[in-house]
Amino acid sequence: MSELLKVSHVTRRFGGLVAVNDISFAIAEREIVSVIGPNGAGKSTLFKLISSFLRPSGGEVLLRGERISGLAPHIVARKGVVRTFQETTIFKGMTVRDNVIIAHHLRSTASLAGFFLGSAAARRDEHQFGSSADEILDFLDLGGIKDEIASNLPHGLLRALGIAIGLATGPTVLLLDEPFAGMNHAETKRAVELVRAVRERGVTVLLVEHDMPAVMRISDRVVVLNFGEKIAEGTPAEIQRNEKVIEAYLGSEDETIGI
Amino acid sequence: MRMSGTPKLSGTHKLAATALSLAILLLVVPWAIAASGRSDLYYTLTSVALLSVASGGVWLTFYIGRINIGQGAYALIGGYVSAILMVDYGVSFWLTLPLAGLFCVAASVVIGLPILKLRGVYFAMVTLVLTEVVRLLALALPITHGASGMVEIPLPGALTIFGVTLLPDFATLRNPRLAFYITAVILMALCYAGLYRLVHSRIGRLCMSLQQNEELASSIGVNIASLRLIAYAISSFLGGVGGAMFVAISQSIYPSSFTVTDSVNFMLNCFLGGLGYVFGPIIGTFVLYFGWDFLFQTGEYQLLIYSSLLILLMLVLPNGLLSLRLPSWRKG
Repeated sequence: MSELLKVSHVTRRFGGLVAVNDISFAIAEREIVSVIGPNGAGKSTLFKLISSFLRPSGGEVLLRGERISGLAPHIVARKGVVRTFQETTIFKGMTVRDNVIIAHHLRSTASLAGFFLGSAAARRDEHQFGSSADEILDFLDLGGIKDEIASNLPHGLLRALGIAIGLATGPTVLLLDEPFAGMNHAETKRAVELVRAVRERGVTVLLVEHDMPAVMRISDRVVVLNFGEKIAEGTPAEIQRNEKVIEAYLGSEDETIGI
Repeated sequence: MRMSGTPKLSGTHKLAATALSLAILLLVVPWAIAASGRSDLYYTLTSVALLSVASGGVWLTFYIGRINIGQGAYALIGGYVSAILMVDYGVSFWLTLPLAGLFCVAASVVIGLPILKLRGVYFAMVTLVLTEVVRLLALALPITHGASGMVEIPLPGALTIFGVTLLPDFATLRNPRLAFYITAVILMALCYAGLYRLVHSRIGRLCMSLQQNEELASSIGVNIASLRLIAYAISSFLGGVGGAMFVAISQSIYPSSFTVTDSVNFMLNCFLGGLGYVFGPIIGTFVLYFGWDFLFQTGEYQLLIYSSLLILLMLVLPNGLLSLRLPSWRKG
C-alpha cells in the first residue's frame, strides 16, 4: 500500500504551550485511521493542522509527497483533503439538498461570471451537481428529508449531513472530527456502517474520536496521543494491549478502551 | 441574522412583473405627476431610486454576512470622482458614471482586503468610521476644494453610443427632472436585475454560504477571501454610481453630501425592506424616505415618532416589510 497522507514531525506551539509535539504517521490509500487520546491530548489541534486550519510551528503535512501544510484551507480542500466539523457545522438556513449542492463547488467547471450569465458550462454544472447531490443523499439515507431546512434536523442526521457535505466535494481524504460524539448506541452503529461505506467509495478516512468501542471496530490502524505526543500506533488489537495506552487511560475510564 | 431565499417565480411571471413595474415607473408615474402638477415629486422619487441603488450594494454585503455602515463613503468618493472628472477634465458625465464606480471598486479592494477579515460588530464599526474618514479627506485634500465643495457642475450632456443619441443634452431639456427620473429608474432597474441574477445564480448560494458559516465554506473549497472582496467591490460600485448620479442632479457636492447618517440610512433601508429579499432595499428606501417626509407635519416630534415606528417595525417584522407578502408568493 502506498503512502497517501503523511504527517511528518508536526509541532504546534501556542505561546509556551506545546499542543502537538513532533508527531509523525502516515496513512495509506483507502485506509481508515483513527486518532484517539484523552481530553487535551492535542487531537483537535492535530486535526486542524492536517486540514490546514492551523499552521504548524514545525514539521509538515504531505499529500502524495506534496506539502499541503501552510496553504489556505480552501486550497487544501481543492487538493483533496476535506474536513468535517466537530460541532454540527452546516449551512443552517439552507435545505439539506442545497447544503450538498453548494458543497460541489470544487467540481464546478464554469467561472463565476459563467454562473452569473448562465453559460452552457454553468447549466451543465448545475444539473450535474443536482443529480450528484441526490445520489449522495440517497447513499446516506437522507433522500427523504432533502427539502427540509437543515437547522430543523435532529442531531444524528446533522452529522450525516456533515458527511454528505464532505463527500460532495469529492475528497481523496476525508477528515472526520468526532463523528460519533453524542450518539446513542444505535446511531453509532449506523454511523460506523456509514464510514465504512464512505471508504467503499474509494475515500481514505482519518477520524478523531472519543468513542473507543466504535474506534476499535472501525479502524484499520489507530494513533494514540497523550499530552501532545504520539504514544502508540498500531492495529486496534495492538493498541488494546499497549501498556502506555492503558496507563494513559487508567484511572479515568479504563473500560472505555474496550478491554 | 437568519435569512430565507427569495421565493422563485416562474419565467413568464417574472417577465410580466418586471414589465408591469417598469411600465408603472416609466409611464404611469410621470403621467400622474403631470396630471397632479406635483413635479416636486420627481426629485423625491429620483432620490429614492438612487438611494436604493446604493442600498442594494449594502444589501449584498449583508448577504455575505457583513453589516456595512460605510456605503456613504463610497457614495461620496463616487460623487467626487464624477465631479472632478467633469469639472477639471471635461469628461462626459456618462463616462464618469462607470469610472466613479470603478474607482470605488479599486478603493474597496484596498480597504476591503484588511477589513473584510473582521466580522460582526467589528466590521460594522470600521465601516462606520470609513464614512467619517472619507468626509475628512474631502475636507483636507486640495483636489476636492475643502469645505466649500464643488458647485455649478454642468448637467449631463448627450449620451451617444456609436453615433446613436440615446439621451439628449440635459441642459437643452425643458424638464430635466423628468430625464433624471427616467435615468435613475433605468439605473435602478439595471442594478436590481443584476443583483437578482447574482443572488439566484450559484454566486448567490456561495454568498449565502459565507453568511451562514465561513469556516465550512472554506472547508468545501470556497475561496472566502476573494468572494468577500468581490461582493464588497460590487457593493462599492453601486455606492459610487449612486453617489455620482446624485451629484449630477444637485449639480454640487460637499464633504457633507454623504455623512454617517446616510451610511446608517442605507443600512436601515435594507433592514426595513428585508434582508432576505433582493428587492427589499427598494421598498425600504421608499418607505423610509416618504415616511420621514410624511412625518414632517408632526414638527418637533418628527424624529421621536419616526424612530419609535422603526423600532416597532423591527420588532413586529424582523424579516422586513417584504416578509408580509411571503405566504402568497410561496403558493404562486
